[in-house]
Amino acid sequence: MDNLGNIGTTEEQIELMDVATNFCRDKSPMDKVRALIDDDLGYDPDVWKEIAELGWLAIAIPETHDGVGLSMAEVVPIAEQMGRNLMSTPFATTTLAAQALLAGGSEAQQADWLPKIAAGSAATLALAEDNGDWDLSNITCSGKQDGDSLSLSGKKQLVRWADSAELIIASVNVDGDVRFALIERSALGEGALRRESIIDETARSFELTLDGITVSADALFDASRTRETIEKIELAAGLIHAAEMCGGSQAVIDYTLEYLKTRKQFDKIIGSFQALKHPTVDNYVEYEKARTHLYSAAYSWGEQGRGEVAVRMAAAQAHSSYSRAADRSIQFHGGFGFTHDCDAQLHRRKAIFDGALIGDAAYQRSKLAGLLFD
Amino acid sequence: MADKPSAAELKEFGDAADAWFKENTVRDPGFMLPLTFMEVSTDQQFDFLRDWQRKVYEAGFLGASWPKEYGGGGMHSEFQRVATRAMKKYDAPIMLNAIGNGWAGPLILDLGSEEQKQTYIKGMLNAEDIWCQGFSEPEHGSDLGNAQLKAVRDGDEYVLNGSKIWTSLGDRAKYMILLARTDFEAENKYKGLSFFLNPMKIDGISTSRIKKLTGEYGFVQTFFTDARISADCLFGGEGNGWSMAMKTLEYERGAKVKPVGGYFVKELDVMQIVELAKNSMRNGKPLLDDPVMRDKMTQYMIDIQALNLNNTRRRMPQLMQDKPMGLPLMNKLARTELIRELTEFSLGFQGTKAGYYVGDENAVDDGYWHRSYLNSFSATIGGGTSEIQRNIVAEHALGLPKTR
Repeated sequence: MDNLGNIGTTEEQIELMDVATNFCRDKSPMDKVRALIDDDLGYDPDVWKEIAELGWLAIAIPETHDGVGLSMAEVVPIAEQMGRNLMSTPFATTTLAAQALLAGGSEAQQADWLPKIAAGSAATLALAEDNGDWDLSNITCSGKQDGDSLSLSGKKQLVRWADSAELIIASVNVDGDVRFALIERSALGEGALRRESIIDETARSFELTLDGITVSADALFDASRTRETIEKIELAAGLIHAAEMCGGSQAVIDYTLEYLKTRKQFDKIIGSFQALKHPTVDNYVEYEKARTHLYSAAYSWGEQGRGEVAVRMAAAQAHSSYSRAADRSIQFHGGFGFTHDCDAQLHRRKAIFDGALIGDAAYQRSKLAGLLFD
Repeated sequence: MADKPSAAELKEFGDAADAWFKENTVRDPGFMLPLTFMEVSTDQQFDFLRDWQRKVYEAGFLGASWPKEYGGGGMHSEFQRVATRAMKKYDAPIMLNAIGNGWAGPLILDLGSEEQKQTYIKGMLNAEDIWCQGFSEPEHGSDLGNAQLKAVRDGDEYVLNGSKIWTSLGDRAKYMILLARTDFEAENKYKGLSFFLNPMKIDGISTSRIKKLTGEYGFVQTFFTDARISADCLFGGEGNGWSMAMKTLEYERGAKVKPVGGYFVKELDVMQIVELAKNSMRNGKPLLDDPVMRDKMTQYMIDIQALNLNNTRRRMPQLMQDKPMGLPLMNKLARTELIRELTEFSLGFQGTKAGYYVGDENAVDDGYWHRSYLNSFSATIGGGTSEIQRNIVAEHALGLPKTR
């Protein structure tokens, strides 16, 4: 089996890890996370500005397009710390839109959008539909070409941060082929976006009605690059969400440990009870495995074959360990765990949401099995 | 310590090691080779492995980074690392003298007197002097600190009475690292313990073989009946036995004393499991077409890959931030439990053949998988059970309070 990856780091990764650790902790304390749940926008625009100023949106964009010229490997430490601090912003969707542009966009499309994204314009992807299928090519939304323009129809779901995005990249069927269309914010009519009620209250998501939206025919990615684009989106999303979930696992384990070290019952600190201690260790072990896979996936990014195996292993392990650690955190907090005030539920909900976005652990494993055994 | 070697020097040494192991490694001597030092059952196995260790040592590929004046190679630890890599590459047999090289040796090199280093180190490297470990007692397995074997000072000697159990190679060893109670009135159980470098071939010490669940031998129970040893055998001073015993565990991580090299336990080659799965059938179709087996096997691949990569990650401090002790302390727990689960899982591949055992010609791979599964418990129980390991991780890596 020669498609198993290795582990290593780059200097930039380590530097970014240090900066991101401090930044996300300072800018996203829990009281702020809680306050933003009730905020319409769902994130702090000043923090978003700082993220752009730090150059984090430009990391995986080539220098020719005003980017830093690194890769998704260097995005990982940032996403990890964001997940750890439940710092919800359009960072992931914007990064993924840039990756989609790099995989499928024409030179003109890249030159048009990548510098804007690098400078702080938010962007997002519109992929999911009512069938709930994680297979990105199983879609019914469509685009009808009429001379120089393309009229779109159908509904896209779970379009995160769509109200903030200056660019939405949507998958549509054009003459039976899956294609990607660039939709600028100005093309959205009144009522095109409906805010969805989603399990992760720290994020914002919208249903996008494509009916009535018309874009120029040259807003499509070239048909020959659809496959590449889908692969790139899947892997980049797998990596970035694996990073967020790893960070989240770390946070929820620490949160649980804090309670186990302070809460007393029967005159004893409850962390001394093996019924709580041992499963916490098991959850911690699973988390460390996820983190190892994450760094391996970052290190193997872009390698043919190995890259995909490593990302899917990281996504599978991150989703299962985050889910389990957060589930047990609710349980181990007892009555308090059942309340909205307990942070364990924020993590439990986010794990469900992330799994819904990229495919849960079982889905990742089913994809992996094909790569490993067939 | 020797200077850090250049890439060229390392390559030259690595190539030499490669050539040597390619030439000298015997994988099938015509009898079943033990996978771990705890499984050495027959004279044939023992003689073969003792011989093998001596050959590797004499070729310069064991103890290469231990001090020259005591029999080591005096080289930088990177040299030993490439030699061990070559050993692994050719799937060479294990090093036999695990307790000597892995536990007693580093302790003596770290804290022993000049005389002790001169006396003991070379003999453990060339496998002339086999070592065993006397920590566990029949009534005190996990609760090591409660060991009761009595060592009473009498002039220039200590008189030993009591019993130790699970002594791997105990009937073949020349020395034992022994944890014994010298003070029954100490303020706590740990402070009453002392540590000895104990000679085995003396009057008053006898051993009795223990038949394992696999049907093989490998461990003994050791009985001490008024056995007299010189007071010079005391190591680290009276009352310091517990801290000496704990130190032997630290050396495994190789931070204080350079690792001797080689391995005492053969890692299960997990790719063999994938091969077994690929060659197995279920309902007339390849086993890995079965969705349940397929998913489970995939999860195990994720686990295996994580633990393999952890070995690399452990050497990268930048990737170990937050809870630096976590990865090293969880390794034993995670690895031994995974191997137990995997070998158990492999039995399910075999269909009706899972009913056979070592010794029957119809057994799959001569019963290797059954034997591996049953033997896997030696690692989930020995050296601190998985349950104790969870306490250790909880208390030392996660900061949870002690269980009382």
